[in-house]
Amino acid sequence: MKGFRLTFGITVFMSSLLVFIPLASVLVYGLRLSPIKFWELVSADNVRNAFVTSVVCSFAAAMINCFFGVILAWTLVRYDFKFKILLDGLIELPFALPTAVAGITLSKMYGNTGFPGKLLSKAGINVSYTHLGIIVALVFVGIPFVVRTVQPVLEKLDRQYEEAAFVLGAGSVTTFRRIILPEIMPAVLTGFGLAFARGVGEYGSVIYISGNSAKEKTQVVSYVIMQKLNYMDYEGATAVALLMLIISFLVLLFVNAMQIRQSRHTNEL
Amino acid sequence: MYLEMKHITKSFGDFSVSRDVNFSVEKGELAALLGPSGCGKTTILRMIAGIEHPDSGDILIGGKRVNDIPASERRIGFVFQNYALFRYMTVYDNIAFGLQVRKIPHSAVRARVNELIALTGLDGLEKRYPNELSGGQKQRVAFARAIAPEPDLLLLDEPFTAIDAKIRKELRQWLRDMIHRVGITSIFVTHDQNEAVEVADRIIVTNKGSVEQEGGASDIYRLPRTAFVSEFIGEPVIVEDFGRLKGFEKGNYERAIIRPEFVEAFKSDNEHFRDMLPFSQNGIIRDITFKGNAYELHLSVNGTELICHRSPERRAIYVGEEMNVIVYRLFAIKGNQAMLMQNKNFMEKDPDGINLEKYLYAEGGYYVE
Amino acid sequence: MGMSDNKKRNITRLIMIAVSTLFVAVMLVMPLFMVIINALRKGISFYLKAISTPTVISAFKVTLIATVITLIVNTFFGITASILLTRYSFRGKHILQTLLDIPFSISPVIAGLSFIMLFGRMGWAAPALNAINEMLGLNIRIVFAIPGVVLATIFVTFPFVSREIIPVLNAVGSDEEEAASLMGADIFTIFRKITFPHMKWALFYGMVLTTARALGEFGAVNALSKTRGETFTLPLEIDALYLSGSADSIVAAFAVSSVLVLCTIVILILRCIVEGKSKMNASDRDKTGKLSEGIGYVP
Repeated sequence: MKGFRLTFGITVFMSSLLVFIPLASVLVYGLRLSPIKFWELVSADNVRNAFVTSVVCSFAAAMINCFFGVILAWTLVRYDFKFKILLDGLIELPFALPTAVAGITLSKMYGNTGFPGKLLSKAGINVSYTHLGIIVALVFVGIPFVVRTVQPVLEKLDRQYEEAAFVLGAGSVTTFRRIILPEIMPAVLTGFGLAFARGVGEYGSVIYISGNSAKEKTQVVSYVIMQKLNYMDYEGATAVALLMLIISFLVLLFVNAMQIRQSRHTNEL
Repeated sequence: MYLEMKHITKSFGDFSVSRDVNFSVEKGELAALLGPSGCGKTTILRMIAGIEHPDSGDILIGGKRVNDIPASERRIGFVFQNYALFRYMTVYDNIAFGLQVRKIPHSAVRARVNELIALTGLDGLEKRYPNELSGGQKQRVAFARAIAPEPDLLLLDEPFTAIDAKIRKELRQWLRDMIHRVGITSIFVTHDQNEAVEVADRIIVTNKGSVEQEGGASDIYRLPRTAFVSEFIGEPVIVEDFGRLKGFEKGNYERAIIRPEFVEAFKSDNEHFRDMLPFSQNGIIRDITFKGNAYELHLSVNGTELICHRSPERRAIYVGEEMNVIVYRLFAIKGNQAMLMQNKNFMEKDPDGINLEKYLYAEGGYYVE
Repeated sequence: MGMSDNKKRNITRLIMIAVSTLFVAVMLVMPLFMVIINALRKGISFYLKAISTPTVISAFKVTLIATVITLIVNTFFGITASILLTRYSFRGKHILQTLLDIPFSISPVIAGLSFIMLFGRMGWAAPALNAINEMLGLNIRIVFAIPGVVLATIFVTFPFVSREIIPVLNAVGSDEEEAASLMGADIFTIFRKITFPHMKWALFYGMVLTTARALGEFGAVNALSKTRGETFTLPLEIDALYLSGSADSIVAAFAVSSVLVLCTIVILILRCIVEGKSKMNASDRDKTGKLSEGIGYVP
């Protein structure tokens, strides 16, 4: 085929040079560590705590995003109202806003002097420098993933399914639970996986609001890697990165499985 | 009257989809709502089901006004155009859905679903998902799902469009038999006149949001009353200046609709048509198309273009050959009215055996010279 | 569905719209306003001074260099890769496609780490780099220098353009290109006259996304850039200002942030325009060509 060699050559050359080789050097370096050394490095208290914090907070944030993401996607697809275009456009904000800007802003807002941080702390809820703060930041960066994966599925969802359920006598709760939810579930889980993966790796938007205290267990994994880099602890940084890559890979597998599951029911054999 | 639609109007924004729709369907009847795409027939069906609501007018089912009764309580089954089978449910669950939401006991649900699976010949497919079924099987599931809650009225929206042409014919027969066997009053929507004529007992022809004509399938075919119906049904050829055809006078009619079966073309030496020779006129074969069971002849007769069919069993003919042509009858159009007009020379010799008397004095007054 | 059903439906609608609007307002819009409010806390003259200090100006320059180079490299790559992945079939295509998504799903800090492990003191490419430098009498440094910043920025935005174009090219199909090829057009003519017009809005949006991310990249760059006033980008400058902790520098951090917020707003507006354009383009084809689906997070 004409043009195949040219495009193939350019694609493989550039992606190897700019992505695969650099990434491979982390892998190679990481795999050179003996299993005992690797285990020693990743089971250190601060590393283990950071993984627990990142995974738990990302999971919680992704759950919250699934809830609000489905509502947002539903609202954007099914209803017409003023400023809908604005609302739709704003969903993309967390992608377009630099993470460091988001980070310092959220930290300032939810700090003891900011709004709504001041009100919340008066009510006894501390957000800044707690796990709650990390979750708030991860909800911020993760929401577009869920909305933008669920939205197209809802758009393509034929209204006839709901009408069929309606004529057969199902109420709106039953229709949502038994007809709509199964249809959008793979997309919701995909969005969940993507938001979760982004959360586990998130750095800029989290590090200011989290406080990064080892004692309070508010360090996230990315912060720990950066800290190790600053101390020139390359072995430690690589080991943590390797474990993180494994988690990302598993999430990616999960997301792919979801998509296959979806196509099994929606495509003709 | 089992279902009555009285003065139904409906519009979406500025677009009027139903304008004073009136028709009725008898209990046990299988009726077709026939009309071109986008003429509002699906909307009528959806209003009967309670998915849409008329702006004004009454919908009566079994003599009771149902406008304010929710869809789930109208006792209606609905087969959607693409069946709308629930993709994440098995065949069994699809059929059971309408029963489960009515909180019917499990054992009763199972009994009813199994009965329907046996009835529709879906045995062995209970655990399949919709995307593992053929078009015909999907239609069976959709039918079974719709009648599972034992509705009084079954509505089907273009039930054959999603099916390959080859098995469509077979399925028409199946659906017709099935509906008659279950004995349920049914209305289906179609844009295909052959389908309507073949399947339905009664046809309601709609156009641009209003009912043009309703009646038995053969009545609609043989005696269209409006310009639209005469041009929509059959294989119509429009002839403006039909006074040029022997045996007809144009009078103050605007144009005529002539179907292939109204036209006879024969060679001048044909013994069978010797008596008719004086009433024929010359026509030249412009084109011949082979249609398998017949040839389609395009004829030029005294400046007008006609089409007729000819059996392949008859003598060979050629493009450019001169034939003798007779038009037995046609539909003459004035305004939106269509009148059956008989060739003056063949008032008695009715080749199709239509009882002319009946039509000559029928309501609306058919034109006779 | 009688009147009561209609009423219920209306109430649901109102609740859904209210929840959605509230969520977007509190979670997304409020931070945007807070940046502006905090930036202007000490008055306009302070604001103008804060965004024109030498370190900020230097950060502007570095950010601009990194963004422009990234945009050029990734646009070229994105077009090539998307044509390869939609118009040809070959062994390993799926693996390549999945591998290209890696920069999406890993932490940007790991991207920074990769280049340190490659070109840093420990890195296995470091001796080669030193040899080249010695041979040519140069002093090219990658880690903790501007080339490292550029490489890290390219890494994290690598698949953005191709991910936007691929769904569009898939939806359009290759019929037109095959027809042109049969009529004797060469591949560059085919690209210019047929493929490019189909992909142009997706390409543009991919470039917009790349710009947004390149301007704002923090984690990857943070690992590779250590000299304020020389190799710092705007986000790093914001970080430095914010962490230095004095009340003045915090306001200055927000002042610099407000410049990036302005870019963000421009980007969001561009996105709305592109979305509208591509919807018009896609109206006659399958919805899978829609931009919002091609937005690219779905591996």
